[in-house]
Amino acid sequence: MTSFILRRLAVAIPTLLALIVFSFLLMEFAPGSPFATERGIPPEVMANLEAKYGLDRSLVERMAIYVWNIVTQFDFGPSFAFSNRSVNDIIAQGFPVTLTYGVWSFIVAVAVGVSLGIIAAIRHNSSVDYAAVGFTVGAQVLPNFVMAPILVLIFTLWLGWLPGGGWRGGQIEYIILPVIALSTSYMASIARITRSSMLEVLNANFIRTARAKGLPMRRVILRHALKPALLPVVSYLGPAFVGMITGSVVIDVFFSTGGIGQFFVNSALSRDYSVILGITILFGALTIAFNLLVDIAYAWIDPKIRY
Amino acid sequence: MMRRTLLTVTSTAALLAAGPLAAADVPEGVELAEDQSFSYRELDQPASIDPQLVEGVPGAHVIQQLFEGLMIQDENGQLVPGVATGFEANEDNTEFTFTLRDDARWSNGDPVTAGDFVYAWQRAADPATASTYAWFVELAGIQNAAEIIAGEAEPDTLGVEAVDDHTLRVSLVDPKPWFPQMTAHTTLAPVHQPTIEEHGDAWTNPGNIVSNGAYVLDEMQLNEYWSASKNPEYWDADNVVIEDVSSYIINDTSQALTRWEAGEFDLLEPVPAGSYPRLQEQYPDAAHSTPRLCTYYYTLNQGENGPEALKDPRVRQALALAIDRDVIVDRLLQGGQGSAFTFTPDATDGFVAPEIEHADWTQQERDQRAKELIEEAGYDDLNFDLLFNTDESHRQIATVISQMWSQKLGVETTLQNQEWSTYLDTRREGDFDIARAAWCGDYNEPSTFLGVLRTGVPQNSGSFSNEEYDALLDQAPTAEDREGIYTQAEAILSEEMPVIPIYHYANAFLLDPAIKGFPMNNVENNWYVKNFYRVAEE
Repeated sequence: MTSFILRRLAVAIPTLLALIVFSFLLMEFAPGSPFATERGIPPEVMANLEAKYGLDRSLVERMAIYVWNIVTQFDFGPSFAFSNRSVNDIIAQGFPVTLTYGVWSFIVAVAVGVSLGIIAAIRHNSSVDYAAVGFTVGAQVLPNFVMAPILVLIFTLWLGWLPGGGWRGGQIEYIILPVIALSTSYMASIARITRSSMLEVLNANFIRTARAKGLPMRRVILRHALKPALLPVVSYLGPAFVGMITGSVVIDVFFSTGGIGQFFVNSALSRDYSVILGITILFGALTIAFNLLVDIAYAWIDPKIRY
Repeated sequence: MMRRTLLTVTSTAALLAAGPLAAADVPEGVELAEDQSFSYRELDQPASIDPQLVEGVPGAHVIQQLFEGLMIQDENGQLVPGVATGFEANEDNTEFTFTLRDDARWSNGDPVTAGDFVYAWQRAADPATASTYAWFVELAGIQNAAEIIAGEAEPDTLGVEAVDDHTLRVSLVDPKPWFPQMTAHTTLAPVHQPTIEEHGDAWTNPGNIVSNGAYVLDEMQLNEYWSASKNPEYWDADNVVIEDVSSYIINDTSQALTRWEAGEFDLLEPVPAGSYPRLQEQYPDAAHSTPRLCTYYYTLNQGENGPEALKDPRVRQALALAIDRDVIVDRLLQGGQGSAFTFTPDATDGFVAPEIEHADWTQQERDQRAKELIEEAGYDDLNFDLLFNTDESHRQIATVISQMWSQKLGVETTLQNQEWSTYLDTRREGDFDIARAAWCGDYNEPSTFLGVLRTGVPQNSGSFSNEEYDALLDQAPTAEDREGIYTQAEAILSEEMPVIPIYHYANAFLLDPAIKGFPMNNVENNWYVKNFYRVAEE
């Protein structure tokens, strides 16, 4: 197991390096400039700006300096757009926000999704099952950019219960709407996966054996059926978790949370090279880390898996 | 020597009657609300709130609350004293001497001196600052600005000098009667040297920042909000009524409208495209539309890469005539915008539009003339690319205009949208046939618009070049009849039609009716919260 983890970590480093090189190349070939304005900047000023941010150096030099600064000082450079902030500052401000509502969304999605899936499977073909399936289908086809405005309309404008956006250091009333908007479709997917895999497991021979020897249903489900039934769910959870804590561009932009997603979009549009790179590396590292965690969880859940 | 002071520039009576100029002018008998706070929605996070680096409207709105320049503007956009109490100009308007008030202080209690302005202006031009707005110092015509920006002269050679702590003398390269107007611009606001030297780039962060305006920054969460509170050191703090200012950054305009309707903030500008008529009906006391000093236009590429046909003024005229601007303004935008037949907006101070024949014609007459012109020109199968930056409203306008050209003139267009940064590149390289563009005045005077179409300036992306036009603009600053010259220059544009003016902007916004003192007639959309107050709900 330890050697497996070490091997995976060893692969992660060249993967991240490849990500950096690829991102650098993409930005190199993208048209536009981080300093473009409608006014047109005199060439002298442009030269000063490029010198200030090291854009006057060659691509290879820039990449080398970039990687060197990360490795030696964990410094992702200054933001091109926000003159008084570094990429580290921006990630330090934005990521905790996204992480907070991402983790809450994950908890809600897993707790509600798994429970719903199990209940639907146990009461297979009953009205409870139909209601659960109906709900999950509905929730899955409602993307969060549709959910968000509907939620704001209901809870902010009509009922006046919750603010329609902002974050304010993560006070609970600012978290609720983003969490509902973000978790709903994940919750639906988790419920559907749990339901179908639970149904399959419940028909398996070892469950029939367990029931035949007279174990109560509750114990059969919790002791015998749950673990194997969750296997497909777990493989979904790794990417889903990364998706929730990073891919929340819509939520960040719509609810003005100040989270990382909005910086990601804005930096791409304004060609804020260092911020795009910093966030890409963050997302890449998280994806690698959580895929690794999922693999470890697999081994724990399914004794058949060996590394 | 001809001496002009501020008193002759603005209304003498108004200044004298008001006595010491008060910030918020609350009429007697008005009951103020207990909660004196003001909040507004901002479309985007300002990239910087450093006066010398700031660009764009969101940043300017922050600077106008936190910093105060030599001159500022009143509700009608006229100059009023800021840190300066007035100024004198020499005979040919190449040297201006500003007198600074002696009670102006920074938020840490230090006095605001002429030296602070010298430092700030040198800093703006200094290549080491690498400001994308360095050009403004050059545009203002301050001596040696161009050389300093180019790195050929030291920043301390800039033509601005602190004669003493309260006297600032500015020397210009050439006559600029409108120079004082330019001092209201954010780039020329003063900054506090010791603070910048202590904190470097982080000097604008809350806790570090020292400013001289009516408010001091308390919090700034990027892409979420910022807030400021009253600066007790401000020279006119006794007359500042609003205690707290905050701004919410909301990209999505419809979401912003919902949150305004839920009462989360006071001011929403602009309202979503096309929603103004409904909002005006629903919130008659809150919905306003005021002219803005901006022009929406199509630039026609007459340069090397441009199509041959666009070098023919008849084709350019025909394209301009065939556009039914009323359809765009009244049916598409519906926000109080005005049809444009001149490049300079009518609302610009000191601008008298020339007699433009086709402006008074009916659209049928214009269409008729357009057909004649295109036939005269004799091009077959005209087909142009029409470039615009990705945006729903630009697409709608481009679609409607391409229909008009196709139906009336048989001119086909291929719509081509690019996202902002790419679009700017394409325009700068002159790699287009026809491109959507817009221009907003940097100060309230026609030269800020007309200067865009001079030969060789970077903003003139259609490469228009006309000797007579350039000569007129060269004469303008020293001319007795400046207005007449601008009118003549604009007449050349309506003949040559290097760009097609489509509409003049309006600012359609929603403002909580309890907020008073908002400058409804300031066409540059400069507002200072220090002039606002909130009345008690009746």
